[in-house]
Amino acid sequence: MDWAKHEVFEKSSIILLIGILVVVAIGGLVEIAPLFWLSSTIEKVQGMRPYTPLELAGRDIYVREGCYLCHSQMIRSLKDEVERYGHYSLAAESMYDHPFQWGSKRTGPDLARLGGKYSDEWHRAHMIDPRAVVPESVMPGYPFLAERELDYDNIAENLKVSAIVGVPYTEEMIEAATADVELQAGADTEGLESFLARYPKAQVRSFDGEPGYVSELDALIAYLQMLGTLVDFATFDAAGPNLR
Amino acid sequence: MAALLERDEWKAFSDFLALGGAALCVIIGLILALAGEDRVIAFHGCVLFGAAALAFLFVLTQIIEKKETHDATSYADGVVRAGVIATVFWGVAGFIIGDVIAWQLAYPVFNFDLPWTNFGRLRPVHTSAVIFAFGGNALMATSFYVVQRTCRARLAGKWSPWFVFWGYQLFLVLAATGYILGVTQSKEYAEPEWYVDLWLTAVWVAYFLVFIATIAKRREPHIYVANWFYLAFIVTVAMLHIVNNLAVPVSLVGSKSYIIYSGVQDAMTQWWYGHNAVGFFLTAGFLGMMYYFVPKRAERPIYSYRLSVVHFWSLIFIYIWAGPHHLHYSALPDWAQTLGMTFSIILWMPSWGGMINGLMTLSGAWDKLRTDPVIRMLIVAVAFYGMSTFEGPLMSIKSVNALSHYTDWTIGHVHSGALGWVAYITFGALYCMVPWLWHRKALYSQKLVEWHFWVSTLGIVLYITSMWVSGILQGLMWRAYDNLGFLEYSFVETVEAMHPFYVIRATGGLLFLIGALLMAYNLWRTARGDESLDAVEQPAVAAAPEFRPGEYTAPVPAE
Repeated sequence: MDWAKHEVFEKSSIILLIGILVVVAIGGLVEIAPLFWLSSTIEKVQGMRPYTPLELAGRDIYVREGCYLCHSQMIRSLKDEVERYGHYSLAAESMYDHPFQWGSKRTGPDLARLGGKYSDEWHRAHMIDPRAVVPESVMPGYPFLAERELDYDNIAENLKVSAIVGVPYTEEMIEAATADVELQAGADTEGLESFLARYPKAQVRSFDGEPGYVSELDALIAYLQMLGTLVDFATFDAAGPNLR
Repeated sequence: MAALLERDEWKAFSDFLALGGAALCVIIGLILALAGEDRVIAFHGCVLFGAAALAFLFVLTQIIEKKETHDATSYADGVVRAGVIATVFWGVAGFIIGDVIAWQLAYPVFNFDLPWTNFGRLRPVHTSAVIFAFGGNALMATSFYVVQRTCRARLAGKWSPWFVFWGYQLFLVLAATGYILGVTQSKEYAEPEWYVDLWLTAVWVAYFLVFIATIAKRREPHIYVANWFYLAFIVTVAMLHIVNNLAVPVSLVGSKSYIIYSGVQDAMTQWWYGHNAVGFFLTAGFLGMMYYFVPKRAERPIYSYRLSVVHFWSLIFIYIWAGPHHLHYSALPDWAQTLGMTFSIILWMPSWGGMINGLMTLSGAWDKLRTDPVIRMLIVAVAFYGMSTFEGPLMSIKSVNALSHYTDWTIGHVHSGALGWVAYITFGALYCMVPWLWHRKALYSQKLVEWHFWVSTLGIVLYITSMWVSGILQGLMWRAYDNLGFLEYSFVETVEAMHPFYVIRATGGLLFLIGALLMAYNLWRTARGDESLDAVEQPAVAAAPEFRPGEYTAPVPAE
């Protein structure tokens, strides 16, 4: 090999720059681009729907407080994880997540299927002082969430932008967004039927135990209580053609 | 005469651009401050307004007084000196916050249960402070130092190097205050929201232009290997940053945005970015540092030119593929996981090629490890690089990753790279550069460098060994079954078992911080010009070039 030929790159900043660009672009193109068109990437499942406005607001609080730094939302296909947390996570279950919250560290347990495992009352006590219910916990307390009123003036905008990036929010959902927040938090029961038609399986109640007042805690618990509850695993076939 | 006129015109044009840019930022800052939809973006608008107004006034006074900001025949070292100070400042700040959150994990009472002191908000402050503030400033300062010397050319641009420096500090302030106040897009190591990302893009493009324009006007026929690595780092980080952060803001005067990717595609894009933040920010850039400071300090040529060529191209080609190993056994398709694992294992080879090239540069001068603590720091950095680039491929193997993922083993691995490699090569470069930049005959105290080395090394050893034990222990506890076939431990039992190791880790971090404070004191005394305590014990190369007769090569003044 004639090593002197390498001087082509060493003598021209532009050729060196082009060489670098070509070499560093390949890996990403091969690994990322096919995920957008290979139909086997995301399974076909029954039950997935966009977040309700209250759940979305709760999710934004989850993001804001950096919960993903200690809690994963990705149950791996390993025996002990499936036994500890439930069915391994499907790609479909996070297809409306902008951004994803799979996490990378479990200082606390996985939350992908947290919904329904504990009562609202447990979540309230746990958020205010984690060690009141789990003495060995190292989680910070979040007493301020119950005291803060949820800011949902612009929630319709959040849904609208989510729709722009690909979440199937309809015009109707966006229009009803503000009212849906109050309805789901238990302040208002009018229009419950159409709300449940928009968001099947949505849970409607005062999550923070104080009806008539929508706190940040309401939103966060509404989000936590729906995690992993949407997909109907009775109809999901892991060996089905959707994975081929 | 024509050429002279042209140069004056260029100067006027660059002054105009600097003034215009500052004025534009004043207006944008004012708009955000007054019309901002949430308090954080309004606060950030105020910060931008203040910074841009100061910059505008400064540029204006310089133009009015017609100050010749520099002697065009010398190197632009002012911006490098500023970078050195910023590196030390942010390093110490990042280490303090890191140790605080380490104690929080050992004793949760230190969270104080306030929004802005909880672990979830401080952890990104720590990671951004050490990676982007400490590491980023170190890379900018050393790249500006190295590119001028190896090209024998003054840094390109009159205002732009200073825009890069101050613009980058502004980015860091906006990012860190944003996290504390709850503005984050939650993508690890890419937490800043859309408007901070845009600002960083502007700064980064200026950085790229300054760097490549300096290379373009070099007075050396060849581009030196350190600059290949710096260039690859700058270009690739730009690509990663832009692609990973594509988002739609909810409002043009609001901080919140939604990222355009979702779920599995977002995960893949994020870890393509995340792993190459390691590969290009924390590896390629710092290898540029290695390729200049190790041979310079050892006064030996790089061990092998051919190895440099192979090392460079194979490293930057293979690193890009390694991202999926962060997503083993997840909902990412198997083909992508396997591809990521395969390339991660292959990556062991170029990594060790680089390590060998750095270590063997010392051949014939191994005795310097005993006599010069600065070269020891540089070489131990390369050794840690070798260790963590062996551990990384090991952990990327799916069956090993099944145990190690989600545990502290990953945290320990990151820190053997970050403390052992990134910080040590930076410390070594700082100890070299401060006497050279401030024109001193020696470091203030070599003995303090010895203390720094040993205190920090003890800290690193405590850190990574405690994290190995806690990580492997927790991984094994999660998958332990009792003899009836049930999971043996509840999750919280595994949390409880971590406590002693968290205390040891935080203690190790404290030692590392103490070492850094010793360095800050030593460098400050050196820069201030205090008489060195042990100049006679220091190698001749410790002195600034003008005190080393016979080898100083200043750039030839332009005709």
